[in-house]
Amino acid sequence: MDKPHPVVTAVLYGLLTLGALIALLPFAWVLFGAFKTQAEIMSAPGAWLPQNFGNVSNFIALFAERMFGRYMLNSLIVSSATVVTNVLFATMAGYALAKLEFPGHKLVFACVLTAMMVPYIALFVPQFFIIVQMGLVNTLTAIVLPMAVMPIGVFIMRQFADSVPTELLEAARIDGAGEFAIFFKIFLPLVGPAMATVAIITFLNSWNYFLWPLIVAQNQDTYTLPVGLAVASQGAKSTDYGLLLAGAIVVLLPVLILFLFLQKYFVQGIAGTGIK
Amino acid sequence: MSRFVSWMQAPCRQRVSTAWLFIAPFMTIFVLFTAIPAVLALIYSFTDIGVADIRHPLDVDFVSFQTFARVLTNPGFLKSIWTTALFVVIGVPLTMIIGLALAIGLNNGITKLRATYRAAFFLPVITNIVAAAVIWQYAFTLSGPVNSILASIGTAGPNWLGDPRMAMPTVIMLAVWRNVGTCMVLFLAGLQAIPVDVYEAAKIDGASAWRRFTAMTLPLLKPATLLVTVLMTVSFMNIFDEPYLLTKGGPLSSTKSVALWVYEQFGQGNIAPAMAGSYVMLAIVVVLGVLQLRLLRAR
Repeated sequence: MDKPHPVVTAVLYGLLTLGALIALLPFAWVLFGAFKTQAEIMSAPGAWLPQNFGNVSNFIALFAERMFGRYMLNSLIVSSATVVTNVLFATMAGYALAKLEFPGHKLVFACVLTAMMVPYIALFVPQFFIIVQMGLVNTLTAIVLPMAVMPIGVFIMRQFADSVPTELLEAARIDGAGEFAIFFKIFLPLVGPAMATVAIITFLNSWNYFLWPLIVAQNQDTYTLPVGLAVASQGAKSTDYGLLLAGAIVVLLPVLILFLFLQKYFVQGIAGTGIK
Repeated sequence: MSRFVSWMQAPCRQRVSTAWLFIAPFMTIFVLFTAIPAVLALIYSFTDIGVADIRHPLDVDFVSFQTFARVLTNPGFLKSIWTTALFVVIGVPLTMIIGLALAIGLNNGITKLRATYRAAFFLPVITNIVAAAVIWQYAFTLSGPVNSILASIGTAGPNWLGDPRMAMPTVIMLAVWRNVGTCMVLFLAGLQAIPVDVYEAAKIDGASAWRRFTAMTLPLLKPATLLVTVLMTVSFMNIFDEPYLLTKGGPLSSTKSVALWVYEQFGQGNIAPAMAGSYVMLAIVVVLGVLQLRLLRAR
């Protein structure tokens, strides 16, 4: 294609830059606001920069006066458990759906699609009943269990497994390899990038998950970070913005750091399937 | 027994049992936390179940369509349907148009810094909603950062989250900010699938840029558009996090979506109305989803 007029290009860069600035503005607010004292926010609410970037009192208060250390530990436990179960079970299910012909595979795939589409709001109340019946209310297990194998991971793995040449698996079969050996020794080494994508998407989902933990975690000992932050933002000190913004940074930072290094997998996970 | 099965069938049987073993974890979780809850929600919609019955869920009375009738005549529920419709009608096109514009700008307009811009627009997608809502609440306070920017250009900003007329746009802004990146990435994937030589040919034939956009890009982008439309519609119809965190549905219920209404009923112990309400919602989602598929496929 021939090049567009330089003025057009300049205007386009200008618009995109403006758009990017608007998209990133909230990150600037949180970064600057977290280092402001409450007095600063009250007296000069419109000021951009904090008077002193060395003021980490908000962060100290989160961990010393509030239980953000505990929330963070809970979030880490929930997210790591979810990532491990999802990567393992989604890879198994994706492989079975794509490469093992078995009666009922269409029905199972229909279940995957259904689970992706059903509005969550129609499910959480009965899910809560089931958790009550299992005696798991207020445990981290209750937070993990419903998302132990998310349909999105199975869907991604099935797509990737589809592109693995069947001849490779058949050749191993003819050589007398057992089904487990084929899965672990031939299939797994080929789908590393897909497993990374599933791991990233699962981490993102479980780290950010809000409604379900809000319902099953009923005291501070089982709050995850988002629940803890939401409760703090609606509690008695709900206008202590310095503290809340510091809390927001604690919640945001792990995902932002991962994004910085693994951007490709984030975008792939969402572009490849279209669902968060 | 295996002696009577021919040697060809043995590995095949092993394959089937392996397959069942491999899908067992997914199916267990699916049955326990999607299939059974979906059925339970429907059954309980026809009962008078309340908060006291949670521990004895079999001990409830059937009331046929009474709960549905109560929900469908409840002014709060009807208003929440209207509010949700507003979220969808304003939020979905806004998000999609901005996402498409960004995707076209990045794909066809510029050659440098593409990855940087894409990362900037994508960043809000991975942002935790609670953290984003805290930032929004701080930014949109009466004399907060947003209004101080407006003041510096000479306008007085409104009371964003406290004014019933302004709360809705403020909540929608947060939802759009978070969803634009998803639309952009999906449209980008769609644009990259369009072969460049199609455009070359049209250009040689003298088609204008606008004509190329309406007659070629848009039709060729149809699969991506279909996907994005369905995704965004479902996402805005189920909108919960943004209004819950920013306004709790207020002021004057101006931002109370159906999902938020259902959550509130659950919180007040009105289990049966919550389930009936969620099933009305489910029905609307399904009908709209099927309609969208039909409409966009047919055209």
